[in-house]
Amino acid sequence: MTTMTDPPQESFRLSMLLNDTRYRSYTFQFIALLALVASIAYLMSNMFANLREQGLFLSWAFLGEPAGYDINQRLIEYDSQMTHWRATVVGVLNTLLVAFLACVTATVLGVIAGVLRLSNNWLVSKLMSAYVEAFRNVPVLIWIIIIFTVMTAVMPAPRAFRGDEPDATMLLNLFAFTNRGIYIPAPVLSAPLMGSAAMGWLLIVVGLVGSFFGARALGTWAAAKQEATGDRPKTWYITLAIWFVPLIVLLTIMGLTWNIPELKGFNFAGGLNIRGSLIALWFALAIYTGAFIAENVRAGIQAISKGQTEAAASLGLRSGRIMNLVVLPQALRVIIPPLISQYLNITKNSSLAIAVGYMDITGTLGGITLNQTGRAIECVLLLMLFYLTISLLISAVMNVYNNSVKLKER
Amino acid sequence: MKKTVIFGALTAAGMAAGAAAAGTLDDVKARGTLNCGVATGLVGFATPDANGEWQGFDVAVCRAVAAAVLGDATAVEFVPTTGKTRFTALASGEIDMLARNTTWTFSRDVDLKFTFVGVNYYDGQGFMVPKDLGVSSAKDLDGATVCIQTGTTTELNLADFFRVNGISYDPVPIETNAEAQQQYLAGACDVYTTDASGLAATRAAFEAPNDHVLLPEIISKEPLGPLVRHGDNEWGDVVRWTLNALISAEELGITSANIAEMGAGTNNPEINRILGTEGTLGEMLGLDADWAMKAITAGGNYGEIFEKNIGESTPIGLARGLNAQWTDGGLLYSPPFR
Amino acid sequence: MSDTHAQTVAFVRDTQLPPSPPPASEVGLVGWLRANLFNGVWGTLLTLVSLYAIYAILAGVLPWIFNGVWTTKSLAECREVLDGVRGGCFSVLTERINQLLYGFKYPAAEYWRPNLALLLLFAAILPVLMYTLPRKLLIITALYPFVAYWLIWGGTIATPILVLVGFVIGYLVFQRLSTSSFAAGFFGAIIAAVVIWTAGGWLIPDGANANAWLRPVPSRDLGGFMLNMMLGVTCVSLSVPLGIVLALGRQSDMPIIKWICVVFIEFVRGVPLITLLFVASVMLAYFFPPDSNVDLFLRVVIMITMFSAAYIAEVIRGGLAALPRGQYEAADSLGLDYPQAMRLIILPQALKISIPGIVNVAVGLFKDTTLVSVISMFDLVGMIRGPILAAQEWNGVYWELLGFAAVLFFVVCYGISQYSQWLERQLATEHR
Repeated sequence: MTTMTDPPQESFRLSMLLNDTRYRSYTFQFIALLALVASIAYLMSNMFANLREQGLFLSWAFLGEPAGYDINQRLIEYDSQMTHWRATVVGVLNTLLVAFLACVTATVLGVIAGVLRLSNNWLVSKLMSAYVEAFRNVPVLIWIIIIFTVMTAVMPAPRAFRGDEPDATMLLNLFAFTNRGIYIPAPVLSAPLMGSAAMGWLLIVVGLVGSFFGARALGTWAAAKQEATGDRPKTWYITLAIWFVPLIVLLTIMGLTWNIPELKGFNFAGGLNIRGSLIALWFALAIYTGAFIAENVRAGIQAISKGQTEAAASLGLRSGRIMNLVVLPQALRVIIPPLISQYLNITKNSSLAIAVGYMDITGTLGGITLNQTGRAIECVLLLMLFYLTISLLISAVMNVYNNSVKLKER
Repeated sequence: MKKTVIFGALTAAGMAAGAAAAGTLDDVKARGTLNCGVATGLVGFATPDANGEWQGFDVAVCRAVAAAVLGDATAVEFVPTTGKTRFTALASGEIDMLARNTTWTFSRDVDLKFTFVGVNYYDGQGFMVPKDLGVSSAKDLDGATVCIQTGTTTELNLADFFRVNGISYDPVPIETNAEAQQQYLAGACDVYTTDASGLAATRAAFEAPNDHVLLPEIISKEPLGPLVRHGDNEWGDVVRWTLNALISAEELGITSANIAEMGAGTNNPEINRILGTEGTLGEMLGLDADWAMKAITAGGNYGEIFEKNIGESTPIGLARGLNAQWTDGGLLYSPPFR
Repeated sequence: MSDTHAQTVAFVRDTQLPPSPPPASEVGLVGWLRANLFNGVWGTLLTLVSLYAIYAILAGVLPWIFNGVWTTKSLAECREVLDGVRGGCFSVLTERINQLLYGFKYPAAEYWRPNLALLLLFAAILPVLMYTLPRKLLIITALYPFVAYWLIWGGTIATPILVLVGFVIGYLVFQRLSTSSFAAGFFGAIIAAVVIWTAGGWLIPDGANANAWLRPVPSRDLGGFMLNMMLGVTCVSLSVPLGIVLALGRQSDMPIIKWICVVFIEFVRGVPLITLLFVASVMLAYFFPPDSNVDLFLRVVIMITMFSAAYIAEVIRGGLAALPRGQYEAADSLGLDYPQAMRLIILPQALKISIPGIVNVAVGLFKDTTLVSVISMFDLVGMIRGPILAAQEWNGVYWELLGFAAVLFFVVCYGISQYSQWLERQLATEHR
């Protein structure tokens, strides 16, 4: 902005630092920065003084030393002679695994409960309210312990399966539910292409991704056809074929067999073992967070104005179609941001694994490694860094999503 | 030293600023209580009873030190610590000494900078299995699920043992003894492993202790003892010689029953030196002349403490074994009071 | 209009018939049942499934509750009394109720003190929660921390009084000086308060705490549900002012201050509470001066306060953002400076709309106080997992104890969340 007559230039006085709005903000920022630097310096000097007094110093060398302990659930190769760093990575993968499983389950539970809570059926909606309130208002730690206790106290021990007249039997001779976990048949590739089994599975994943894009292309084509001619060609059997034919071909070539669990020695051997601690943590997090997601879903649906539903009804849509075609697509815009922050909560709450002995990163790096090496500061810092990275990643995803669904205002 | 009021309020709420650069001994005397780190709950070693009074073998060591330094066996503030928090609690000065069945190892002594003042219990890691499992040796445990209490040296010993013997196992790490017990009893693990004394204590709490057996293998050496920070030798000496006084008292036949009588003077010069009727040992430590007498009066001599808390007459029922006096073929051997 | 009208028709009804009653299947109980329970095949199926679920739960729980044993001294005795019948051993609750509520160290003769503090808490919190009550009552709220501090920790009453005097004098100084400049008032108040506190330190005689009327209780003696309550109340009340400062800082135009606040908030919100508690238990001690020693309770309070302050800051930021731009502009046009505008116009409105959000954070935080059991503090969950389950008489009692803890938390949290929903309805001014 230009003015015709500039006010005469004032000479700078010291009191302007405090009283003149032009300079005051610099003063305050300077003071704040000074205070911050001073307090950090003070804390750091305390820390180094304390460490020096004890003859210790910060060192990350322990990460390269052999860990010396075993981890029961490992997604990558690991034994007790490997390093603490390797143990940490095993823990990271376990954290990501339980967080992923819990997110998926919590979403399913939450959407079901949230939609049913708005159901016309009085009993069902009351029952869902009871579920939501019961789980939202009790600490997740208590739920984790309760579900873990249910697992151990109610399920039969493997030794109950032994003997001529066992107290417990396997379901269909394929699944065993024990208090150590659930044993299910595991798929095994007897002749994987390109040597290793991992490559074989990778190939299958690549195949599935290909099928996904194939199916999508088909859908696009059908939609274009519908736009042009008014009829939608029947494509469901082609879609089915696109999904399953490559999969079946691949699996047959690579010789898929099932490794069925059987009681051998002390435990069930073979098959895939889903541990009790994983199940307890997974279910507790899923059910607890599901209650919150149900509330988000309900709020999202209720945020869609009644007129939308009524308009859809007047077009002759049935209530299921109204939900699918009109309400949910609009509600998702409201639901997804809190949903993602619930995912973030699940990831952070998975650190309660420590209560059930699930070996996530809090159990390995923040637990046994910390105990064995006594490197408290280093371990806790690394732990925080990990969670911080994860949550910043999730927030970044959320921002991208928010920008993409933002109502375009023209 | 005067402080501001808000500081005072925080002090009452838990902030204590010690006098600058004073030794731990002076701190304890000035404070009037001993801060002693113990386990969060292990029957026989350290556990609060129904009235909230701490009881146990490790607790008795704390009480003896408090009696020696402050003349009052009840002037102890017990700080429950977990496997994770115990070393930081000691290193940061939150506690003056740690008596929490902690194994004396090289790295804890040298790398973590602690001073183990002695051994109050010679232990070793063992295994407990249900009798009906039909296992008689730990080498038969191939493929077993093993419950471990984390935060101790147990995990490392276990990994080494199974590795050396070339057998596989499935570790289930558990935070507290109570939870490990629950898992074990429900059959969620076949074996429970921790220090043999801990196993005995745990088994004693079972409804049917005789349905469970301890396997003969002891797979590690676990000398458990109280520890203090590196670099405060005066305080280390106080704790060390209090423990030695308890051990020597048993060797020399000083018991809580006859201590008053012996305190009047005997014709055994070593007893007289311990009880302070001869020589100036107390003064050398910076304590009263009758420091050891108070320590022994607090809970009796080593043997009495053992019998009362974990001995054969208690539900825990541990035999003296390695923890007998050297004169009885055990390992307890106090240096002379001279 | 057609011409086949009145002339061709013999009779035309000129009054309307009364509406016939709806069919019996649409009204009354039957109608309600049809509409709400047996609405179509799916509705019926869902109802049946729900009924079965309710039956299964009640069939499991009710006999367990009604056959419960309340008076035995140990689990073994209780099992004898039950003699194979399904029932709960609630005697663990009656025998250990004091430990569950107060921890095992708090002196039994002093239980009235936390109880009274809890009662007073309701009186203190009411003016905040019911915003229709006269504002003068907020004085009770302001006095409460000092009374509660004195009741729970005991010791000489001079300490809380002098701290209070420091605050009052600081406030008076602020009132006087802030008429000319906010900054002068702010720093003047801090200096005045510090002077009072330092001088007050000399006034309290040395042995005052030892022979005070209320016996001093060290904070590590706090435990049980009381510890959860104390942590929850202390941390929430400390974190509200901190949260306001952080929220204002994050909204600020000054880049350095803004970035300090953003980094702090995002850092704290990005890590789980349990790692912050690890910091409190294993790391924080290193950051204090070498010769000082801060109790675990205080360290935990510091970390939880930081944690909840970050979340509350985000809630308040939402409140600030929700205020119409016009409010800010109106404040500017009145010639108010920043502190005045915030204090008189913006914050009162922003805080009012943030209250439900703050209450939600408080409920979440209160539930999270159970995590301190992981770092060997004996809160309610810590008491259950530690001393009580480890005790010889009671090892093996899980359901009764965990159920008790769940019910206790449910009652408190459900109560607060119902209040928050009520408040949300009260504050909702837009109409749908």
